[in-house]
Order: sequence, then structure tokens, then C-alpha cells
Amino acid sequence: MSYNVPAELRYSKSDEWVRVEGDELVIGITDFAQDQLGDIVYIELPKVGALITPGESFGVIESVKASSDLYAPVGGEVVAVNGDLEASQEPINRDPYGEGWLIRVRPSGAEEELLDAAAYTAFCEERGH
Amino acid sequence: MNTYEPHIYELSTPGKHGASLPMLDVPESTLPADLLRQDGLADFPELTEPEVVRHYTRISQRNYSVDTGYYPLGSCTMKWNPKLNEEAARMAGFAAAHPLQDAADAQGALQLIYELQEYLGEIAGFPAVSLQPAAGAHGEFAGILVFRAYHLDRGDHDRVEVLVPTSAHGTNPATAAMTGLKVVEVKGDARGNVDLDDLRAKVSPRTAGMMLTNPNTLGLFDEQIVEICEIVHSVGGLMYGDGANFNAILGIAKPGELGFDFMHYNLHKTFSTPHGGGGPGSGAVGCSAALAPFLPGPVVVKNADGSYALANPEKAIGRMKAFHGNFGMLVRAWTYIRTLGAAGLREVSEMAVLNANYVRVKLKDVYPQAIDRICMHESVLKGQIAGAPKDVRTLDIAKRLIDYGFHPPTIYFPLIVSEALMIEPTETESKQTLDVFIDTMLQIAREAVETPELLHAAPTTAPVRRVDEVRAARQPILRYDREAIARVRSE
Repeated sequence: MSYNVPAELRYSKSDEWVRVEGDELVIGITDFAQDQLGDIVYIELPKVGALITPGESFGVIESVKASSDLYAPVGGEVVAVNGDLEASQEPINRDPYGEGWLIRVRPSGAEEELLDAAAYTAFCEERGH
Repeated sequence: MNTYEPHIYELSTPGKHGASLPMLDVPESTLPADLLRQDGLADFPELTEPEVVRHYTRISQRNYSVDTGYYPLGSCTMKWNPKLNEEAARMAGFAAAHPLQDAADAQGALQLIYELQEYLGEIAGFPAVSLQPAAGAHGEFAGILVFRAYHLDRGDHDRVEVLVPTSAHGTNPATAAMTGLKVVEVKGDARGNVDLDDLRAKVSPRTAGMMLTNPNTLGLFDEQIVEICEIVHSVGGLMYGDGANFNAILGIAKPGELGFDFMHYNLHKTFSTPHGGGGPGSGAVGCSAALAPFLPGPVVVKNADGSYALANPEKAIGRMKAFHGNFGMLVRAWTYIRTLGAAGLREVSEMAVLNANYVRVKLKDVYPQAIDRICMHESVLKGQIAGAPKDVRTLDIAKRLIDYGFHPPTIYFPLIVSEALMIEPTETESKQTLDVFIDTMLQIAREAVETPELLHAAPTTAPVRRVDEVRAARQPILRYDREAIARVRSE
């Protein structure tokens, strides 16, 4: 099975994506992650103004299968949160790189080791898919 | 029989009642208005006595239990609950004993508690045992409270981290969080053991201890257990043993000798007391001599004159439960241990491991193994069947098993295995039962390739068809609400 891995994004090994938009970074979970989790039923995101630390949990995502931590691929301050997801989490499954975005961050410079699209695709395949 | 049972509110007819009271023959008196219930009564279900009894009897008969069928639920050890245990627990001297009776009048019950403490200590290699906790997670909570009390008692105030492997039961990190400590995850290696390099990197003077299940939730015995204990001990941390999988090593390995400092026993798993809705459970705990003063009390001690008394360990963390744990379960576990004896308990584990490997080997060419190793009392396979459409998932396989009359195994756990299917046959199932289960699993795998729609539609023979789990989680209706139910049905 092949997953949508947009070439212009960077990826964490914990299956989050990062998109550069001007001085800010937008973060979400990948198509692979949403497929593995199945239908998302609940999400807990940080508040605007919260500081996130690379490699540490910034929220929780829950599907009918499991509840998982969301790990920050970068460090920085949260400047916006996708509030629409509180009422309906369906966009995360349907459009993980678009309407299903999670948070927008003003980066502090610290980041996890991030992968490009080719390396992330290989990393997904390595895990048996 | 196998039809949908309406909700008791739906069976209600206004004006019906189950009891006929005599005519009022005293002056009528009304309660003060502020004591009268203002809402809800109008909606109270009204039925006759036979309607109520039949409704609940029908529901009870839909229950799936070890008394009605095979129950290969991984990590839960749904073994047979011998009927002899029930005989013992119903003996009037045990069943009718009152917890406030004087110790002098309850010597038999206290003797049983004392002996069970001794037996459990011997089986797991611990000098001290408390039977207070009422469930596995309750035992975990007791254990981490004991760890904290031990460190603080020594003036060691900085130990705020609990190490937990990624394969752990969810109760382990939850326990650490409940006690106010910080969870630090430790990775597994390619053989399913704890990754020693990652463990070495994560232990520190901040380590309160590590919580480990061995065999772990992959059904694999951690081959490096002695080194793991040494690494954690080398920084002053303590080892917590989660006894959920103790059924695999009775009479073969003693956690106290492997290096664990503390462990909970699930009497409702390993020691055959009823489980789940048939409980209550019992999460007895055992520990090393160094931790013994902190155990929850009271425990039973034997006096020099041979009588038994209740006593609190010197620095006890306190009570975990009213009175003396779930006493009826203690009677059952005592009976189980005495019925089998030392050789019999070892045979329990040998048969549990043999049965699990029999099922594993028969299925692994069709349902890939998560990690290709000989397993202990359970094995983790994957619902990824070669040649089946990708939209056939482990969930569909589990639902199809219901059509064939089996309780599905644990699915999607442990979380580190995609499409996990965790099968624990237990020692109490015969080869014939296992063969029927294996044949059914292989039949379902063929269906997954040839007629996948059968799996997607399953269950088709159960009173309730495939439930919409996503919607139930997103829009839960948690109490009877006529309007909400009508709205859902109309959509």
C-alpha cells in the first residue's frame, strides 16, 4: 500500500509532518499515521502561547484502536491551533496535510532529526507496509 | 433467543407495576417538597415482575464467559475457573464470616490468609506478601507508592522517574502518573527484549524504578532480565514486576530471584479466580525484605503460640482497601494452589506455553508473527493475510470469529505491533478445542482472500451486528435519553 508523502514537507520518525510557511511552521500527522490509527475520535492540542519541545509530547490523539501521544518535531511557541478539530476530527483522516493540520508554531530553532519525503517513504516501507 | 433485546425503558408500559401493596389504612402523609425528586421519575420504567426477571435473565444468557466457550484473550489469562474453588468459597465458615469479627473468632479465615501469603511468597521468591490490593492496577499503585516511601525514607528525594518499556500494559504508565511520577519510555529491540543501550541512556539518579512485565506483552521472555535488573539497581532504582503474565513461569522462574524487588500477582488470572465481570479481582503484592516494612496492611502474622493476628508492617503505606482484600478470591486462590501442589503449578505453566506454541506454529504461515521466536504463554500475530485485500483488517477477522462462536482474541495490542492479534489459549483448553479454533482461523484467512465481504459484514449471527465504534466514541450517549436515541435511530 502506498501513502501520500508530499515532496515539499519534512517528516519526523514519530510520523508528524512539518511545512514551512514564512517564519512559521505548520505541523500535522502523516497519511501513514492516520491510516495506522484508523478513525480518529478525539484530539487534545496545546493552547496558543504554549511552548513545545522537540521529541516531547504536545498533545494526544485517540482513535477507536488506541490513544497515542503527539510528539513535537520542532521546538517553539504555538501561535495557532486548528480549533475546528475539537468538534470534528474527520479532516485528520480525510485530509491530513490540509484541513487536518494540527498546530502552527513560531520555531525556536531546536528540532528533531527530520526526514525528507524519500527517506520518510522508505521509513514507512521499513515498518512492513 | 438470538435476537435484539430491547432496552428496559422500551419495554415499559405506564401503569404497570411489579408489587401489589395493601390499601392505605393510615392517614396519608407527604414528604416535604424539598425532599421530593423533581425529575426522572416520570420516565421510570414500569413493568411486571415476570417481565423484569425475563428481561434480565435473557440478557444474562447472552453473556459470553469461560463457562460457555473458548476465550483466547491475550494478556488476560482467561483460564478455566475450577468449580472446586466455588465449593470452598461457599463454605459457611468463609462465606458468612464478618470482617469485624474478633480475630479470635476468625482463626480459620486468618490462617487461610496467612498461608496464602506464604504460598505466594514461595512461588515468586519474595519474603513478604500483602493481599490487600483488589486488582492488578491497584497492586501496581501499591508498588509504586512503596517505591516512593522507600526512597523518601532514606532521604532520597530526587527519584521522580519511572521507566516503562514501550510494550507495557497501559496500566504501568498510568500508575506512574497516578503517583505523581514521570513516565520515561524505554524502547524494545529487534528480538522483543528491552533495548539495553536505550535503558542505560535513560537510567539516572532520578530513576525511582522500572516497571516490567516478563514475559512481556509480546509473549516473549526477556532474555536479558538479569542485566536489566543490574542496570536499574546500579543507579539505585527498584524493579517492579507486573505479574500479569506470571502464568507462564510458575515453578520455573522466581521473579524475586531474577532481581525484581516487588511484584503484583493477578489472582484472577494466574490463580484461577473469576475474571472480568465475574470478579472481583485480587492484586496481591509481594516484595523483598528491604521493602517489606512499607507493604500495605494489615497483613496476617502467626504468633509464637500458633494463633493468627492482624498486624501492620512497621512503615506501611496504609490501607489499600477496606478490611482484608477480596476475601472470597483469596479462598479460591488458596484452593487452587493446594489442589495442584508444586508439581501441578509447574505443569500449568508448561501446558500454557505448549498450547500457545501449538497455536502459534499452526497459524504463523498465514498470520505473520510479530517477532519470530518461540513464545511463552501467548503469541502476537498480525492480521495481515497474504493475498487478501488491504481493507481486510484485524478487526474484521475478530468480528468474523464471533460468527463462528469464539470470543475474539485481544486485538491492536501491544501498540508496537501493527494489526496485532494476541492469542493466549491458556493451559486449560484441550487439543480438540485448539484444533477447532485453528481450523476456524485458517478458514477465516481463506475467506479474507476469496470472500472478503463476509469479514466486512461480520458479525452476522450475533444479536447485535457490527457496531459503529467511531460514532459511539465521537457522540457518546452515556445515559438513557429517549430523544437522543430516537434522533440516532432516525438518521
